[in-house]
Amino acid sequence: MNMTEMTETTPRKAGGWGRILAWALVLGLLTVVAIQLSKSMQGSVGAGQKAPEFTLTLFGGGEIGPAEMAGKVVVVNFWASWCKPCEEEAEELQDAWEYYEPRGDVLFLGVDYVDTETDALKYLEKWGITYPNGPDLGTRISQAFRITGVPETYIIDRQGTLAYIKIGPFTTLDEILAAVERALAE
Amino acid sequence: MKRLPVFLLALAALGALLAAGPARAQGETPPAPAATPSDDAVNAIAKNLYCPVCENVPLDVCPTLACQRWREQIREKLAEGWSEQEILDYFVLQYGDRVLAAPPRRGFNWLIYLAPPALIALGAWTLYRLMGRMRLAAQAAQTARMDARPQHVDDDTLARLEDELKRRDQGE
Amino acid sequence: MLANFGYGALVISLAVSLYGIGAAIYGERNKQPRWVDSARNAMLLTFPLLTLAAASIIILLVTNRFELDYVYSVTSRSMPTYLRVTALWGGQPGSLVFWSWLLSLFTSAVTLRDWRRDREFLPWVIVVALVTLAFFLVLIIAFENPFLRYWTGSSGAVVTAMFQPRGLELFTPADGRGLNPLLRHPGMIIHPPLLYLGFVSLTIPFAFAIAALITGRTDDRWIRLTRRWTLWAWLFLSLGLILGGRWAYDVLGWGGYWGWDPVEVAALMPWLTATPFLHSVMIQEKRNMFKHWNMLLIIITYDLMILGTFLTRSGVLSSVHAFAQSAIGPMFFGYIVITLAVSLALLSRRWDELKSEGELTSWLSREALFLINNLVFIAILVVCLWGVFFPILTEALGIVGQAFPSVAHIFNGQKVTVGPLFYERATGPLWAALLLLMGIAPLSAWRASTGRTLGRGMVAPTIASVVALIAVAAFSEVRQWAALLAIWLCFFVVFVTLYEFIRAAAARAAAHSLNFIVALWQLAGRNRRRYGGYIIHLGVVLMAVGIIGIEMFQTETQASLKLGETLALGRYSIRYDSLAEFDTNDNRNVARAVVTVFKDGREVGELYPRRDYFYESDQPMTIPGVRASLEDDFYVLLVDWQPISTQNATFKVYHNPLVNWLWLGSLVFIAGTFVAAWPEKDAQPQPERSRAARAAARA
Repeated sequence: MNMTEMTETTPRKAGGWGRILAWALVLGLLTVVAIQLSKSMQGSVGAGQKAPEFTLTLFGGGEIGPAEMAGKVVVVNFWASWCKPCEEEAEELQDAWEYYEPRGDVLFLGVDYVDTETDALKYLEKWGITYPNGPDLGTRISQAFRITGVPETYIIDRQGTLAYIKIGPFTTLDEILAAVERALAE
Repeated sequence: MKRLPVFLLALAALGALLAAGPARAQGETPPAPAATPSDDAVNAIAKNLYCPVCENVPLDVCPTLACQRWREQIREKLAEGWSEQEILDYFVLQYGDRVLAAPPRRGFNWLIYLAPPALIALGAWTLYRLMGRMRLAAQAAQTARMDARPQHVDDDTLARLEDELKRRDQGE
Repeated sequence: MLANFGYGALVISLAVSLYGIGAAIYGERNKQPRWVDSARNAMLLTFPLLTLAAASIIILLVTNRFELDYVYSVTSRSMPTYLRVTALWGGQPGSLVFWSWLLSLFTSAVTLRDWRRDREFLPWVIVVALVTLAFFLVLIIAFENPFLRYWTGSSGAVVTAMFQPRGLELFTPADGRGLNPLLRHPGMIIHPPLLYLGFVSLTIPFAFAIAALITGRTDDRWIRLTRRWTLWAWLFLSLGLILGGRWAYDVLGWGGYWGWDPVEVAALMPWLTATPFLHSVMIQEKRNMFKHWNMLLIIITYDLMILGTFLTRSGVLSSVHAFAQSAIGPMFFGYIVITLAVSLALLSRRWDELKSEGELTSWLSREALFLINNLVFIAILVVCLWGVFFPILTEALGIVGQAFPSVAHIFNGQKVTVGPLFYERATGPLWAALLLLMGIAPLSAWRASTGRTLGRGMVAPTIASVVALIAVAAFSEVRQWAALLAIWLCFFVVFVTLYEFIRAAAARAAAHSLNFIVALWQLAGRNRRRYGGYIIHLGVVLMAVGIIGIEMFQTETQASLKLGETLALGRYSIRYDSLAEFDTNDNRNVARAVVTVFKDGREVGELYPRRDYFYESDQPMTIPGVRASLEDDFYVLLVDWQPISTQNATFKVYHNPLVNWLWLGSLVFIAGTFVAAWPEKDAQPQPERSRAARAAARA
């Protein structure tokens, strides 16, 4: 802006392209802000939308990617060891997993948000959690899902669409089962 | 004629010198890892980290539980003999670029360091050009007026004259 | 119902504003002064209406009307009355109402002045003020209504609505959630109003500038009319920023006063254009130059002010200050884009009429130095804008990386943090350059200064400042060259300023054969703007001393102590004496430690750092124990402790040298602004002759 003023006070020929450049920059910046604004307005990903694809690196090594998730109902649970409300649903989630594990077409994934590995492993041991868990490396997965906090749970149906979103902890086992059944039915 | 460029140059040099120097007394690199690293050693590293849970508050002063855990982790790593850089790299790998106090110097992020100096230099240059041009015009006008004006006038008289002239111009 | 009444007042004031805009434009276009007068009355009417709306909110807050969503979310039964009143600006809807009320107050005050000589400005000043007001009122009514109430029916579900939905009854929660604990500090009670006052009053110079552009009366009249307004606006803005710093220092518990948080930066940005504006309008008044530049500066200032309000409330940036994500983001964004476009279009329409008449005769003239000062300020603004928007940019440009995998490593769409390190490095040299200019510019003259005259004026202050610097270096352990340079700059500016005072007073004393002190006193009275400005400069230097102290010489240490153990930092040490944990009747759990402070081994007092935990909001707050003196602050934080047994506690202590000069300097700064902005006795419109005389005196 400084520049446009300067160039325009002087005879105009010198500032022609400079002015255009300055305006282009300002416009570009405004567009980007507008895009970002509309993004932040959307809030978290909504049910019925296509779920973001991601690959989860597991604590014990190994990865679970889109190939492993294809054709299955996937329950993505965001948690952290420092998060008190997460503990409220830990047992129920594990029970639900034990209920569905034999079926083979339901996959539970625990995504550990902004946590340290030592504490996370302690937490998993404490609650006896056996479904695959891994750190949210680079906070990429949580950014893709645009989570607002932990715990949050996203249930993806067989076609890869988000069937159900739970902000905050599940309170009962039945609530989890009902949500997964609905996703299975779709 | 030559004075302003010299002055601007001096300003720029001053700027460059200051920018090169440390902006604040940085936490010195922690001493060789002791059995349990001190809080100060942990904080020296935590100062340059930002935890996504409490945005915009540096890790060394963030009171949340998540941040306490992070500090403990720094302590563990220090005890294992990791260097500051290794710890920072580990945190970036785990939680992304956003944990660093300033964007890492790579890829697109270079722009944050390069754009402001470039824009400022451009501004300084245009200002210099503009003032130079205005000064040339002034010199031409001045030689024409030279004789009509008393040589030693103080500020007040000058300003009064100026005001008078301006008012007449505007026809108030 | 009071809520309906307040809501009605809001709606009527919006209607009145819209009418005023229409009437002013119609009256101006058709040369019918009656319509303009009517518009002016509409403008004046908004003030009592908004006062009623704001008063209704306050009454509702004070009387625990928790059926209102706003009252529920910012107050609770345990809060004292004064906090309930100030909860008016504790949340988004209320603070927008407060904002509008202030705007209406200021613009009403300005419409009450004597307009006979500036008739043509009136309609457009009204239009700009009312458009701004109407925008905020639309925001409030459509998106952020503070009068929304809870309703419930047989199903038990609670809905939020303004008017009673069919079949539902009013629902009143037993207690509210309470004000965000961070906002329960005396600093937070005055900080937002002052900042808002600063923001709001910047509307006035902008309104006059736009009026000047539309009417084509583009001489310096608009500047002379708004000069004092701008100065007050600037004072409020500065005070708002300073108090915000004080609040952070006292409440946020990170040993500092300014964290370069995006929202802080957003509040600083209008100041970064208002300050050069105050300087460069003087060029236009004295030399009739740079009219484009002044117009551009005030337009940018206005939009930065709206941007500042917007950034804190839209959720585009996250920050400790941002209230919440909200639907009003796009509204703000649209408003900024439209006002910027319209103002710039108006400016370009008048571009040729605004051609400068003045000439630049010397590189060292005051106008040249002022221009360089403007450049430096704008440079700081560029750094700030870039720092605030860069994270948004990197995240948004992730799209490019997704579209073209070959450049995905460059545009990875990762969030980044732009922290203090970036801002300090980038702006540090620029602030130093400003200090240097502050030392040189007062010695220069309008139109013509030569290196020789400038140099002659500088000799005495330079010698004095070098001597002072040597003294500092001899008596302290300061050896960092950057610190020494900064300290020298401070001395230099102080000595130049004092030299200016003494030189002028001595000359005056000789000319009028007066006592020196009397001459000094009269001097400040005779040219308030110049000498007030110098006092402001002195205040800024004192503040700079405080900033240099804390930024460059802050030391800290942290350790876990057993009862009776001590922790040393420099010449100070603390001994952990005891710790008590208790609940208070306003729903806090307080852990309060008692530590004894020693300086050079001698006991100098006790401090009580504490940690308050707010049950309602599940939020901890760290309150430092501070021992303050002119020399330094000793700042103790309670970081952690062993519950119940309290055998162990972790403390973090900071030594902040000279930081109190920052607060002291701000007092000098305020005093200077008062001197500069105080109405002169003959400030009313005068016959031409005395105006000329005054103009001469002002030089």
